[in-house]
Amino acid sequence: MSVTTDTVVPLPASDHAEARAAAPYTNPYLAGIGLGLVLLAAFVVMGRGLGASGAFKAFAAWTASFVAPSWAHSREFLGEYLAAGMPHPLKEWLFFEVIGVFAGALISALFARRVRVGFEKGPSVTTLARLGFAFGGGALGAVGAGLARGCTSGQALTGGALLNLGSWAFMLSVFAGGYGIAYFVRRQWT
Amino acid sequence: MTAPFFKFGMFGDEASLLVAFAIGIGFGFFLERAGFASARKLMAQFYLTDLAVFKVMFTAIVTAMLGVTYLAWLGVLDLSLVYLTPTFLLPQIVGGVVFGVGFVVGGYCPGTAVASAATGKIDALAFGAGMFAGTLAFAELQPRIAGFFTSTPMGQVTIPGYFNLPYGLVVFAVVIAALGGFYGAGIVERILGKTERVTDA
Repeated sequence: MSVTTDTVVPLPASDHAEARAAAPYTNPYLAGIGLGLVLLAAFVVMGRGLGASGAFKAFAAWTASFVAPSWAHSREFLGEYLAAGMPHPLKEWLFFEVIGVFAGALISALFARRVRVGFEKGPSVTTLARLGFAFGGGALGAVGAGLARGCTSGQALTGGALLNLGSWAFMLSVFAGGYGIAYFVRRQWT
Repeated sequence: MTAPFFKFGMFGDEASLLVAFAIGIGFGFFLERAGFASARKLMAQFYLTDLAVFKVMFTAIVTAMLGVTYLAWLGVLDLSLVYLTPTFLLPQIVGGVVFGVGFVVGGYCPGTAVASAATGKIDALAFGAGMFAGTLAFAELQPRIAGFFTSTPMGQVTIPGYFNLPYGLVVFAVVIAALGGFYGAGIVERILGKTERVTDA
């Protein structure tokens, strides 16, 4: 908002400009309580927690099952989706949950006027480099989640709330790994 | 005991997929509310300018933890029927470090990448593509590291269980640690001089 003198009455900001400004984020503690209640609902209704990496696993298994079926069926790692007698790989709780994540995030972003096609990156890195880092980071994330049997949702949040020993070890390791590499990729963001 | 409802047979597998979708909506909604559909917001945690990731994560953990503990104590929730993923300590530690590196290199984790994609971010799609490729690469690699992959198995074990502490005591300790952490986070954010935290897109 601009500072005005007594004698000049500022024109009101146009409705269009105001309508386009993104809303500020919710207080992190309030958002955290909301997230915690969603997690609690999963425990109470389903007897399980949240997750995300599992949905990517199911989708990858399903894709591989028709692009390279004999390879896919030979993989022990994909066995929980492709072994004989298992239901369709996409009839996976996490797959439906993650579709919900997309929908819920879209709803929140629409209300907050934060839907905008683009790239998240700092000023010092090219878009192409950012996409490369994003792809590479995703690949490492998948390997890490594969080893750890889950990601920040399934292990850190879910296992964290249940005081799961392995989950807490995972969570601390994630922060260690993240802080350890941060300096070396700071150009992406600063 | 009436909960977990699904484990007591109140609805079947097909309905549970609708429940998954509904819960996912809540999950995605609050992730985006918190700003976690933004890689810049997420990464600020690792450059110590905005510690919302820590605040949201631990508030969520404490909220759900207290809820579960209280409902179990009330006799409403059968905690033994809530699934605890088995611990494989070494792979989870190594996996955690690798995941953390991927998180800061990529700018997202799987759930936040999906949320970000919903807001239109192309780099989130790239992260998702990377996850897809990485999953298949891991499926190819896993038999060669099968020994490591299943090393240090500890079964379903909790922190109070492993250290032989009363469950309520550990819950209390986590709450105190979180409150201390929140206070410390405020100090860190103030010291590092960034009064302008990442507030919006």
